[in-house]
Amino acid sequence: MKIAVCAKHVPEATAQRRLDPQTKRLDRSGEGTLNQFDVHAVEEALKLRDASGDGEVVIVSLGPERAFEAMRKALAMGADRVVLVSDEGAAGSDLVATSRILAAALEREGADLVLFGQQANDSDGAVLWAAVADRLQRPLISQVAELTHEDGKVRGKRQTEFGYDVIEAPLPAVIAVSDAINEPRYPSLKGIMGAKKKPQETVSLGDLGVSAGEAGEAGSRTVVYALSDPPARGDTVKIEDDGSGAEKIVQFLQEKKAL
Amino acid sequence: MTPLRPSEFPPSFDPNEFVVAPGEPEIEVGVLIVGAGPAGLACAIRLGQLLEEAPELVERLGEVPVAVLEKGKQPGSHLLSGAVVNPRSLRRLFKDRVPTHEMPFFGRVEHESVYFLTAKRALRIPAPPTMRNNGNYVASLSQLGRWLAGQAEEAGAVILPETTGHKLLVGDGRVRGVQTGDKGRGRNGEELPNFVPGDEVQAKVTVLAEGTQGHLTGIALDRFALQGDNPQVWALGVKEVWKVAKPLGRVIHTMGWPLRPGAKYREFGGSFIYPMGDDMVTIGMVVGLDYRDVELSVHDVLQELKTHSLVRKLLEGGERVAWGAKTIPEGGLLALPKRMHAPGLLIAGDGAGLVNVPALKGIHYAVESGRLAAEAAFSALQRGEAPGRRGALAGYDEALERSFVWSDLKQVRNMRPAFGKGFWLGGAMAGAMTASRGNFPPGDASLEDDAEQELIRTDRAKSYPVPDGKLTFDKLSSVFLSGNQTRDDAPNHLRVRDRVPPEIAELWTRMCPAQVYEVGDDAGDGDVHVEVTPSNCVQCGAITAKGGRLTPPEGGSGPEYKLT
Amino acid sequence: MKSLVFLEHHEGKLQQDSLGVLGKAAGLGGEVEAALLGEGVEGLASEAGKHGASRVYVADDVLLAAPLPQPRVDALESLVNEGGHDTVLFAASVLSADVAAGLAARLGAGLNWDLTDLVEEDGRLVGKRPALGDSVYVDVGWTTEPRLALIRSGTFEPAETGGSAEVEKIEPRLQDFSLAARMVEQAHEESEGPSIEDADVIVAGGRGLGGPENFALVEELAKALGGAVAATRAVVDAGWYPYAAQVGQTGKTVSPKLYVAVGISGAIQHKVGMQSSGLIVAINKDPNAPIFEYADLGVVGDLHEIVPKLTELVRARKAA
Repeated sequence: MKIAVCAKHVPEATAQRRLDPQTKRLDRSGEGTLNQFDVHAVEEALKLRDASGDGEVVIVSLGPERAFEAMRKALAMGADRVVLVSDEGAAGSDLVATSRILAAALEREGADLVLFGQQANDSDGAVLWAAVADRLQRPLISQVAELTHEDGKVRGKRQTEFGYDVIEAPLPAVIAVSDAINEPRYPSLKGIMGAKKKPQETVSLGDLGVSAGEAGEAGSRTVVYALSDPPARGDTVKIEDDGSGAEKIVQFLQEKKAL
Repeated sequence: MTPLRPSEFPPSFDPNEFVVAPGEPEIEVGVLIVGAGPAGLACAIRLGQLLEEAPELVERLGEVPVAVLEKGKQPGSHLLSGAVVNPRSLRRLFKDRVPTHEMPFFGRVEHESVYFLTAKRALRIPAPPTMRNNGNYVASLSQLGRWLAGQAEEAGAVILPETTGHKLLVGDGRVRGVQTGDKGRGRNGEELPNFVPGDEVQAKVTVLAEGTQGHLTGIALDRFALQGDNPQVWALGVKEVWKVAKPLGRVIHTMGWPLRPGAKYREFGGSFIYPMGDDMVTIGMVVGLDYRDVELSVHDVLQELKTHSLVRKLLEGGERVAWGAKTIPEGGLLALPKRMHAPGLLIAGDGAGLVNVPALKGIHYAVESGRLAAEAAFSALQRGEAPGRRGALAGYDEALERSFVWSDLKQVRNMRPAFGKGFWLGGAMAGAMTASRGNFPPGDASLEDDAEQELIRTDRAKSYPVPDGKLTFDKLSSVFLSGNQTRDDAPNHLRVRDRVPPEIAELWTRMCPAQVYEVGDDAGDGDVHVEVTPSNCVQCGAITAKGGRLTPPEGGSGPEYKLT
Repeated sequence: MKSLVFLEHHEGKLQQDSLGVLGKAAGLGGEVEAALLGEGVEGLASEAGKHGASRVYVADDVLLAAPLPQPRVDALESLVNEGGHDTVLFAASVLSADVAAGLAARLGAGLNWDLTDLVEEDGRLVGKRPALGDSVYVDVGWTTEPRLALIRSGTFEPAETGGSAEVEKIEPRLQDFSLAARMVEQAHEESEGPSIEDADVIVAGGRGLGGPENFALVEELAKALGGAVAATRAVVDAGWYPYAAQVGQTGKTVSPKLYVAVGISGAIQHKVGMQSSGLIVAINKDPNAPIFEYADLGVVGDLHEIVPKLTELVRARKAA
């Protein structure tokens, strides 16, 4: 079984992320890491591959050359190879352009199963897989907290606001896993040492048959106009309880229409 | 208050727990370096250079001739210093391959000032000769470490991040490598679903370059009876990096306030304020851990320092962007191990204690000692000798003793101990030592264990500023800024007595910059419990100096420094 | 402007968030139409009319009975192609995020998500969204039409405008691959109350509670408010409450409409997990607790007195 995991190289450490005031986008110039949510997808892929006895886990990513370093963690965990779409023409791609590029890379791989992580910690979107699934014309199950595979079909427990659905789809399919699905393994030392030797392929937009007009800003349909400060929360009110604290809270909640 | 000493409340810790006989070789490397700091990486880089010219040796060393273990998330994550770096060792390491202007420095030191502070004033004093910095460069050690790691990888070294050196493999009286730490244990040591045990990494030569409070270094010193006549002593440094509105343009050191000069306080230290380019500044407070006041908190003293008019002006309109803490070995020559090698083993850098306290320099010694360790390992391996043979690595000690590292440390060897007599007397003695190049007073002073200092209590805590979140900050928000995201159920890697007199608990609570310890509930007999939140720990090592013991936490945990 | 609003429904009721977005669309002006897709849902169309839709397209088909996204993409695609809508709005949910993104790919249309406001500025439609843990706001827009938007849950409150809508039945062609996934078992409303990630109200307890037994106070208040219970790292560490309820840097991130912090000091490790809450009310006996710097209402006092009284008052108010 061939499993492709879409993984993203994202800037690290919450405390130090910032938006670049010039480009108004996330400053990605610093060190990057493998998006923590994608690690769960990698783990799930490895579990499926190991359970099936044979197969391949390939990591597909769109990013700068530096992204290889971040993807190495997936290789250290046990993934078999990395395919990185690295092309300046892809910079600034929004959902429409990114999904076009990734779908092309995934078509090229022809995987039985495509896995995504729950979201990227930089854009906080939870949308990429649905766009990719549509382009690939494959069934989709998202927010999967438990995944089983049998006889060419997958069953996912989808986590929604109302509880869990159980959804079944035939392979080939696209699955987005939630971070509740597993505890990712720690890469072993042997894994870390062997990671660099595993195949790491760079692919350009041209290799994928994606034209310049379909990628980057030219291929995008959304734009960022400006950055601004968050709206003021409003004044903070601090009172001492003189016995009427509870009443004052209720009053406040009613004023704010929260009760 | 009945006089108490932290040394009276030792934790349960037996170094033999951390020595194990080697088993079947699973992972074998040529030279194993523990610690991707300046010493370890310089060693890896030099080995790469030497191995370039020795292909047959490379063959013999196997698939991984040089491996470097790093306990942090990546090289640099646990590196912290001032720093003003003397470039001589880096220049020697790279020779013509990398010009100085390509090294990740923030700029040459052009101007410097030294101040003696009182609460209200800043008195400019001439820079003591040991502190002159012409020709030196300001750097972020974390950034320098990351850059050196890239150079080491290019030179062929394999760097293994998120991996601790947990136990020393010793067989037939020689060091055969290291057992790495387990991952995936719970708070009480239980195995979690993703538990993976540590690996045995066997090597022909093991180089310990673990930095301050090096864990395996301590184990090795004990196992091979390498401990010198004096105990090591430490200082705790807490620093911040700020984005500033106006460029600083000079390197500043201060002495005096907020520290107290009287001999009874034993508050040796001072602050540094360095420009990092035009738009950033780093400010830090360093205080010897032989201090005696239960209420002293180096983090809070740093916050207090920032309220001084001199400092306030520098930080005006700025924003804090980084924070961190780390101990510095301060014993100098007097506290060095008897030997820096043992069969199959070499010790380099801060882990050995190669720091020049009066000059506030250690990075260039780390680099030089790492380089010399590489040469010693290389020649032993080249000669085809078993590096485990007695004396095979003795060349390392000989080379170190012939180097500028030794001569520098010899000159200043008695200065730090002099300050045990208080600021003024110590200062006067230090002056005499400088003038005489260390010959006067003759002989060697002796050092006292930090944990042996009797505790006193003053009202020190009253003057700490209440954190305002703009200029001054509390410990928890500082731990957050260090990038520490250690999982909450990580096993407790800190060994401290659970039941101690309240003064000891309070000592630890204030001492720790990361708010790991808190005075807990009454434990009976006048004692209290000590509450420990190990996930806050930034692995500075202060607890080891003051009655507890820091052992290696899970690899990858702790701070993620970038600018320190 | 001609907008189409995707209406979500569950167990026979239209979702409040959808109605809120519908009202917002009406407020922006132009023609406002809605899409109601499912099985046996026609009866809900009049509700949509009351909330601002002038026309509701209803697709009633057993193949749309289960809340699966891909057949809905097919339906919306044909609606937009025929109706020429320039704007398509969604109230964010697990389902609608998949529908919106699938539709964006299908139409090659721009999608902006997590919007907390939508305005007309200088003749163009601008979305406002928070970024980086809500520490900064970004103005976003579209370069082509149709413009797709996912609105953050809880942003717009529904308001009846008292109108009525024309109902138009449609029978969209659904693609084979869209029908490949099938619902084996559909979720039921959880009996224990909402999970903390989805709850509109959260009552959280911290060290100030004094002991695990006092979590009962927090639970009672949560029940009265119809919310979920959360906990700080310190009390989870101490074993007073399970890790699943932990909010903070190393726990969950939540953004309910109301967050009541009981006995919580509010250090940044906790703050980053709840700072985007709509309203923050804090009760703590320490006047210097950091939480008072960002709570909308802070009450310095004894939680053991205040919380039970508060619970009683809330119950009374709700019963009335």
